[in-house]
Amino acid sequence: MKPAPFDYVRPASLSEVLALLAKHKDDCKILAGGQSLVPAMNFRLARPAVLIDINDIRELDYIRSDDSGLTIGALTRHAAFHRSVVAGPLGAMLSKVASNIAHYPIRQRGTFAGSLAHADPASEWCLVATTLDAAIVAKSTRGERTIAIGDFFNGTFSTDLEADELLTEIRLPALGQGWRTGFYEFSRRAGDFALGMALAALRFEAGIVREARLGVGGVSDRAIRLRKLEARLVGGAASPQMIDTIAHEAWASVSPIGDIHATPEYRRDLVATAVRRALAEAAA
Amino acid sequence: MSYIGRSLRRIEDRPLLLGKGSFAADCNAPGHLHMRVVRSPVAFGRILGVETAEAAALEGVAAIWTADDVAGLPPIDFRQMGLERLAPYRQWVLARHYVRYVGDPVAVVFAVDPYVAEDAADLVFCDIEELAPQLDATAEPVTFMPDIHLGLLSEPAVIRRGYGDLDAAFAAAHKIVALEVKVGRHTGVPLETRGGLAVHDADTDVLTLYGAAKVPHYNRDAISRMLGLAPGRLELSEGHVGGGFGIRGELYPEDVLLCAAALRLRRPVKWIEDRKEHLLAANHSRDQVYRLHAAVDQRGFILGLKAEVFTDQGAYVRTHGTTVTDLSAAMLPGPYVIPAYSVEGHIRLTNKTPAGTYRAPGRYESTFARERLIDRIATELALAPVEVRRVNLIAAEAMPFDRGIETLGTAVVYDSGKYRDLLERVLDRLSYDRLQAELAARRDRGEHVGLGIACFVEKSGLGPQDLVRIKVDGRGTVAIVTGVASVGQGVETVLAQICAETIGIPIERISVIHGQTDRIEIGFGAFASRVTVMAGSAVKIASEALRDRALETAAKLLQTSPDALRLSGGMVEAVGGGASLPLGDVALHLEGAGGLTGEGRFVAGHMTYPYGVHAAQVKVDPSTCAITIERYLIGYDVGRAINPMLIEGQIVGAAAQGIGGALLEEFVYDENGQPLAASFADYLMPTCHEVPAIEVLLREDAPSPLNPLGVKGAGEAGINAVGAALAAAIDAALQRPGAVTQLPITPARLHRILRGPQS
Repeated sequence: MKPAPFDYVRPASLSEVLALLAKHKDDCKILAGGQSLVPAMNFRLARPAVLIDINDIRELDYIRSDDSGLTIGALTRHAAFHRSVVAGPLGAMLSKVASNIAHYPIRQRGTFAGSLAHADPASEWCLVATTLDAAIVAKSTRGERTIAIGDFFNGTFSTDLEADELLTEIRLPALGQGWRTGFYEFSRRAGDFALGMALAALRFEAGIVREARLGVGGVSDRAIRLRKLEARLVGGAASPQMIDTIAHEAWASVSPIGDIHATPEYRRDLVATAVRRALAEAAA
Repeated sequence: MSYIGRSLRRIEDRPLLLGKGSFAADCNAPGHLHMRVVRSPVAFGRILGVETAEAAALEGVAAIWTADDVAGLPPIDFRQMGLERLAPYRQWVLARHYVRYVGDPVAVVFAVDPYVAEDAADLVFCDIEELAPQLDATAEPVTFMPDIHLGLLSEPAVIRRGYGDLDAAFAAAHKIVALEVKVGRHTGVPLETRGGLAVHDADTDVLTLYGAAKVPHYNRDAISRMLGLAPGRLELSEGHVGGGFGIRGELYPEDVLLCAAALRLRRPVKWIEDRKEHLLAANHSRDQVYRLHAAVDQRGFILGLKAEVFTDQGAYVRTHGTTVTDLSAAMLPGPYVIPAYSVEGHIRLTNKTPAGTYRAPGRYESTFARERLIDRIATELALAPVEVRRVNLIAAEAMPFDRGIETLGTAVVYDSGKYRDLLERVLDRLSYDRLQAELAARRDRGEHVGLGIACFVEKSGLGPQDLVRIKVDGRGTVAIVTGVASVGQGVETVLAQICAETIGIPIERISVIHGQTDRIEIGFGAFASRVTVMAGSAVKIASEALRDRALETAAKLLQTSPDALRLSGGMVEAVGGGASLPLGDVALHLEGAGGLTGEGRFVAGHMTYPYGVHAAQVKVDPSTCAITIERYLIGYDVGRAINPMLIEGQIVGAAAQGIGGALLEEFVYDENGQPLAASFADYLMPTCHEVPAIEVLLREDAPSPLNPLGVKGAGEAGINAVGAALAAAIDAALQRPGAVTQLPITPARLHRILRGPQS
């Protein structure tokens, strides 16, 4: 469990980082929190020839909030969300989700952007980004582009990022007046990757759902947004009966993977439970 | 001042709390090389060749060995319970002809640092013709090594034990109750992985292996035999040990390779096992299937028990020989009368990591099987499970109780015990009837909650003997030298307490030297909950000898008789007051005559048998299959408690491991024999989140008549019945008697119980 030989560089500016990425492309990896990458290197599952440490690029460490939403810089740690980063339902939801990510010491190092770039299907932030329709900003020496979250994940550990691109920012839309959220995750031990989880956000007007976001994670090769079920929620009151119906339809709509921790059948039942509990929390 | 029975803080903790511990990885020698083992990537196959040229060319590589380089070394022999017919199944230090599990050592690299060593190990190419692995110990045995050992099958031995008239029991039965249960493959996972540093001193021609644990004296002799070293040319030295649990400290290929390399390469050689290696290479354990048939009468009394046990021994038979299966066979009847019994224990090899003993070997498994059987009997006869236990428990009046069976070369004779009394005390502590009514009311409200009870007998204090020497110096400080080992369980404190009590000296003045083969000629180590029983008794005997010598000498100096004197506070003082003498002065006076010393040897032909009861209360969430332990109580009779706090620590820690084995930990393999739980991401250890507060009801109702202290062991009480109690509690929570038949009870298995098999 010692890594294969690699070169380590710690550039002082973003332009240097982008130049290094342009030079080394697939032979390099970005080190931010290192909570997934470093173990993978120690197991020799990842063997980058060059490790580019971006921890000195302080300009990437920020969370900004305005009326349109939240922008999260690439060096923002999970722990930054322990306390609400923005008033209202979005900050509270992010805080609750953050407490489900691994363990306290890991949350001090690991980053929001790193989770997205790593694209573990059981990652909480990938579920948040997918369900809330995040936008991803990627930079390279060639310029900057914004990637819709629906186009970002290609599958397990695979994204739309080019080899010379750095994920610099995530934009989450605001959840203003009337939004309520619910999150439920089940894992074998506290801090483990989710065997199944769901995130729900509902905007109510006079007791009626006007907008809905619903996503599940830990189930297949990426987080899934359940758009058809969102549409069914809109216009109703998110009653317990409706929630049961939606949970059942979520159950019917997923084809979970099996591994040593969960059979596909068990995961599918977990999806229904997670959807039911997340929706019930949002509707409470 | 009395020392025995007090919860004193541990005298060995200061360096540990200050970060000054000396574990295997802390040992260094100038210019040492680092060893890295190249392990088989496949479960079973014929070795066609091992190519090392590319690796050897790497800068910093000192040597690479394959089987040909260690052709003169014999396989690793049995430490206990060896049988002649097991010999062909022993493991070579590097695989010959065949690899038999993923992790089987094939080659070994020595390099200037651990990074280079691992780089080079990566470049060693093992050309292996892969063969179909055997992965099921209940399947028909297959050939062990097809063209090497003609006709040798993967069933090295069948252990047969029994007593009583089984035919008559089954003929007289009111009912026959049958049950098959399985305990998964898991093991002790110490915080400190294995490791060591071998250093040869050219001046003295002595090779020293640092990082030893558990059985340093035995391993000294075994390695010396393998390397052809004369007595005195090899010493083993134990530093701090970060947990043992039965698996750490047994003799493994790496220990022998380290010593051979330090001699042959003429440089110190160090090896620190990484966690991935540890989960592949160190002994696994458990992994048994039990098939039970019980003949019972109308009250649920077991007239006779017929058992078949299958032990998945993994790829080879290691140092423990038949130990686990032998203990399973002998301890399955447990605390119950069971007048007729027969058992067949099949030791079966598979293409998995070799197995050995892990805390409560053969008891964690057999208690699960037996207590599941008791619960099944209760269900089939519509009786209360506790009532069936009461009917079957051996009465206090029947002690000592000769089981009529042998294990580990000793007759199983339960030395003392008040089994029924302890069960009632545990039920009282729970307010059993009221608690059951509360749980029933909660179930009526839709909660899935339940209580499970399990009873067990442990065994402890395995002989044959232990030796202790105690010496007082002129300053009045005391050194206890013993051949037992410390794996972190508090040996120093406990032995010092016994000595302090006997010679009336403040405990701060006592130091305990253990695990050093150059300090004492024999020692039998730390396993089988034996240290307090064996070394503790030897300390008492040695302390009494020292006390008598001190009193006799002081009596002459003070011109009085020994009867008129006593030892207290480090002084020899007159019983009636007046004259007194520091113990150090007595020691100085004796300097020319060998000093103030005492020697104690305790020999035991029988083990002691402590006993206990576990009670678990759980809540199940049927929607997620989550299991929450709401309450866990362990009642245990240790005979006599030297340090109750340390005993509780042993019990609580063991219970945490038991919870791991019952709910979380499992070495899973795919159909090719590839291990799927080879890191802590997939091999799930319980954390503080999963382990509830463990309540301990510690009793001293039945001291052992077999040793001068009355003590019994405490190391395995907390783990023994965890699987059994949790299984019963989950059955009760689901109101599905007999639902749980397999450990660990994972969410996926619970899901199958609740929803039935699908797809």
